Amino acid sequence: MIVGDSKPLEEILSMIEGRDKVLVLGCRGCVTVCNVGGEKEVGILASALRIARKKAGLPPTVEEMTLERQCDPEYVEELADVAENYDAIVSIACGVGPQFVSERFRDVAVFPGINTTFIGGALEHGVWAERCQSCGNCLVHNFGGLCPIARCSKSLMNGPCGGSASGNCEISPEVPCVWDQIVQKMSAMGRLEELEQVWPNKNWLTARDGGPRKRVREDLKQ
Amino acid sequence: MKAGSNLEKMLSAGHFAVTGELGPPQGNNVEEVRHKAGFLKGIVESVNITDNQTAVVRMASWAACKILIDEGLEPNYQMVCRDRNRLALMADILGATALGIKNVLCLSGDHQRFGSHPESKNVYDLDSVQLLAAFKKMRDEKKFLNDKDLDGAPELFLGAASNPFADPFEFRVTRLAKKIAAGADFVQTQCIYNMDKFREFMKQTVDRGLHEKCYILAGVTPMKSVGMAKYMAKFVPGMDVPESVVKRLQGVDKKQQAAEGIKMAIEQIEEFKEMEGVAGVHVMAIEWEHRAKEIIEGAGLLPRPVVD
Amino acid sequence: MRLQYPTNVRVIQLPCSGRVDILHLLRSFEDGVDGVYVAGCMEGDCHFLTGNLKARRKVEYVQKVLESLGIEPERIAMYNMSSAEGPRFAEVAREFTERIKELGPSPIATAQAA
Repeated sequence: MIVGDSKPLEEILSMIEGRDKVLVLGCRGCVTVCNVGGEKEVGILASALRIARKKAGLPPTVEEMTLERQCDPEYVEELADVAENYDAIVSIACGVGPQFVSERFRDVAVFPGINTTFIGGALEHGVWAERCQSCGNCLVHNFGGLCPIARCSKSLMNGPCGGSASGNCEISPEVPCVWDQIVQKMSAMGRLEELEQVWPNKNWLTARDGGPRKRVREDLKQ
Repeated sequence: MKAGSNLEKMLSAGHFAVTGELGPPQGNNVEEVRHKAGFLKGIVESVNITDNQTAVVRMASWAACKILIDEGLEPNYQMVCRDRNRLALMADILGATALGIKNVLCLSGDHQRFGSHPESKNVYDLDSVQLLAAFKKMRDEKKFLNDKDLDGAPELFLGAASNPFADPFEFRVTRLAKKIAAGADFVQTQCIYNMDKFREFMKQTVDRGLHEKCYILAGVTPMKSVGMAKYMAKFVPGMDVPESVVKRLQGVDKKQQAAEGIKMAIEQIEEFKEMEGVAGVHVMAIEWEHRAKEIIEGAGLLPRPVVD
Repeated sequence: MRLQYPTNVRVIQLPCSGRVDILHLLRSFEDGVDGVYVAGCMEGDCHFLTGNLKARRKVEYVQKVLESLGIEPERIAMYNMSSAEGPRFAEVAREFTERIKELGPSPIATAQAA
């Protein structure tokens, strides 16, 4: 899923300063699963914003709404009748949400309430870690099913580098060295010799380096 | 001959080679480069010029290399994959060789989170193994990575680094083999303090016959003090400083620690001279260039042989 | 035990302090209360194992929110006491009421009244 982090309240308050009617807009997709942008968090952020406004003696108009997804036009359309009632929409979906809402409603100011951090998964309740960098050409099966592009700090395809120590990355003892894990996993599978292959330079055209990406599925397109 | 550098000639003639190291200044202080180079002149075959070492911005390595050439020394141009994509790496090697640089050391580079600009974006378009392969292709096939012909191909003696002390240990010789397969003509190792582990590493290397495909230079950095030994043991990732090294330094008077460190380096070199598969030493006297001569001389390696 | 505790404390009963929601706590402040405290069982004695520990973390979360909003985080607190400790319950009620009296009325209520 896409994982995010709430922006500090102070930052959100300063973004919407001087805007009377505010809508906090959640998303039932990834950000609900990672507990940062679902209905629950919409309620908490809206309540905090109302407290701030009441304290400042301002009209506390902060309303709440959560869409099925903010990354699909059909759900964004649900805002059609109400979007223009607001001076600010604070979207707490991933970075896609504020943009889809902005693109659909020309005159509405949209603000991001979360920072989108990475594509990853939950290691345990309340702990998430990055797993994918969406490079557009998955190769993990060659590396014991673990991704050196997203998880090695240097994206080395022929690691591990000389900074790998006791299973950890040179950047921090808190960061596991994925190349250590790749070697262990390939060993466990009896396939260590496969790592002797020199991986040639990667084609980054399919990654963000090739420009903003778009995908068209002719079989689905209407 | 691949590049005909002094280092290449010395190694191919079968001499026990000696390389040094020089870190460019954090500014454009040319005199500083000349000053440090002066200490190394005539005592080493060639001098590694670091490339934004530890991710701290310094005078460009190629420029400091050119200053050394003008001073009559031979540089080993260090290049890290952290700061440049393949376009810049290829362009820089063309420029460097045009200026007379013949040896290059291909490195991944320390992550910038350690360095002077931790908030910067890193590149890592290629990794060190791929960089070796790219330069080998440019030299041997006279082509860019895209298979287009070069208008003038670089003549290069290709170097790589190896850290026998990083983890996982069982994969270290394999990674060395990969670097050799990708194109490394010579390899310089990380500073060695744990001699037992290095012996084991060299045994595996020799068992695989890697020493016959590539010249391996053992890394030596003299300890200046107990403090330095403790710091390296604790804070430098991938550095293996056994307790015995710290104890030996602690065993002498504080004023004698530097001399003891130099003595230890000399003893190490004496052992490397006899060790199978070791073709030379890489003396990294970090910010201690003026003491390099003592070590090299002490190990009976001066005067340097002359090769043609 | 006919214990006396301040009449301004309004008790909301829950099956377990773990049932407290961040929203319950925030909404109380939104509605202008001067302070909120959660009274849970002694740590280690939760019938549902960790309800009271979760409640404490929620209280701490709301403390941070209040701080961000420039409101004294001391206006919310977590207390642990056993259900057999009636006198302790009354004592905490008095203690917290005193604390809030010292802090004065909630800035939200004050701003609304102005």
